[in-house]
Amino acid sequence: MKVEVDKEKCCGAGQCVMIAPDVFDQGDGDGVVILLRDTPAPEHRDGVREAVAVCPAAAIAIVG
Amino acid sequence: MVVGAGAAGLATVTGLRGNGFEGPLTWIGAEAELPYDRPPLSKEVLTGARTPDQIRLCSPEKVAELGVDLRLGTTVTSVDVDGRKVMLSDGGVLPFGSLVAATGVTPRTLPGSEGVHTVRTLDDVMALRAELSPGRRLIVIGGGFLGTELAAAARSLGTEVVLLEPEPVPLGLAIGAEVGTMVADLHREHGVDVRTGPGAAVARWHASRGAFDGVTLRDGSAIAGDLAVVAVGSVPATSWLAATGIDCAAGVRCDEFCETAVPGVYAVGDVSSWYHTGFGAQIRLEHRTNAGEQGLYVARRMLGLTSEPFTPVPYFWSDQYDLKIQAYGVLRGHDEVRVVDGTIVDREFVVLYRRGSRLVGVLGVRRARALRQWRAQVAAGAAWSDILATT
Ligand SMILES: Cc1cc2nc3c(=O)[nH]c(=O)nc-3n(C[C@H](O)[C@H](O)[C@H](O)COP(=O)(O)OP(=O)(O)OC[C@H]3O[C@@H](n4cnc5c(N)ncnc54)[C@H](O)[C@@H]3O)c2cc1C
Ligand code: SF4
Repeated sequence: MKVEVDKEKCCGAGQCVMIAPDVFDQGDGDGVVILLRDTPAPEHRDGVREAVAVCPAAAIAIVG
Repeated sequence: MVVGAGAAGLATVTGLRGNGFEGPLTWIGAEAELPYDRPPLSKEVLTGARTPDQIRLCSPEKVAELGVDLRLGTTVTSVDVDGRKVMLSDGGVLPFGSLVAATGVTPRTLPGSEGVHTVRTLDDVMALRAELSPGRRLIVIGGGFLGTELAAAARSLGTEVVLLEPEPVPLGLAIGAEVGTMVADLHREHGVDVRTGPGAAVARWHASRGAFDGVTLRDGSAIAGDLAVVAVGSVPATSWLAATGIDCAAGVRCDEFCETAVPGVYAVGDVSSWYHTGFGAQIRLEHRTNAGEQGLYVARRMLGLTSEPFTPVPYFWSDQYDLKIQAYGVLRGHDEVRVVDGTIVDREFVVLYRRGSRLVGVLGVRRARALRQWRAQVAAGAAWSDILATT
């Protein structure tokens, strides 16, 4: 699994960080998403899928 | 069957398929468009920073992949709960086993405001955008989130803007007078003519040769304008459920599992009013994140994958010029606001909201990380006295 985030779209909701803290973080001020690892470990993949589904900005994509 | 092809409907459909539901799925949406994201409408789409194509939530390929019978441009006009079928605007009749209402809300209008812009759909915002240009003057009626965002976006296009809010402070009820005043100041700095208080309510609408040309306010002042937009809240889209007997007085009334009094009929997103066991109250949220979470929850619930009630911590944000406001909890109806980090004048802060003896919400500007740390305490409804002891 390979993950991409679109920082332009991200509204800083932080849903992704709550669901998959090992994969996503947020910037200090604006809360824009920071991708910690673009190839998440198997145990984090379900979390990533859930984050894709709930991200209100449709800013997370699984690209491979 | 899912009725309503917005964010909540999409989350329900993807949630059902993603959790292994392989049965037939019908999805009906009144708009001709595939689901798109609404928050950017009053922000980047109005300013032109994003095109309509950039706010799509779902592609035709995705619909095919989901294996759903999607009928766009079709409205459900009524539901027969005993016969388990819905009647469509095109005369069709379709059966259902379970039904999810995801029909959102429609803008409220004001007496006499017929023909004045409102903003809910992509078409609405494109129509408004087509009329905005430097030198023209827009009158925004309503200083809530939508009105203030529209004012900010219009200003950045060089349009002159008058913002009318009959409460003393824009957003005052939603996020408190302190933060609301900061937002009003921000708008004034950007050249918006902000008028507040009971006198700023519209008393009369003016038109010349059929075209809008201004309003008279309750305080007697006349304001000339080339166009106006009414942003005074919204009404849940429930008329199609009238014959079901489901209580729709304040949204589609659901229990703690987002199911209505009719077994197998659920409601999600802006239209849903459900019992939040954490807050011990019936609540309805018009937040983008909730639409996604509630859709996913109901999908799981319908498939028997959860026996927990739906108890999210509400989250919303709003963009005003270069400032992003973010909040967790239910802030409306608070009794006290307290700054715990930064200062409001510096426009970098975290504020807490008390209702009764509990913490009910937290709001931040340019402090996303600090803000998120309060989320758990909002979720727990922490005692205000404990919080004061630690800050
Ligand atoms: C301009 C704007 C800006 C916003 N900004 C923010 C923001 O910054 N932050 C935030 O948290 N939230 C924001 N929101 C709110 C957020 O967009 C909503 O909470 C979210 O879109 C709700 O999704 P939904 O699927 O419940 O409803 P909707 O997206 O309204 O979808 C409902 C769909 O159902 C269709 N429908 C209605 N009746 C019928 C029927 N009888 N038959 C078939 N179809 C029907 C409608 O046409 C519509 O397409 C904003 C909303 C708007 C309009
Ligand atoms: S969930 Fe989406 S919008 Fe929210 S922080 Fe993560 S990427 Fe950004």
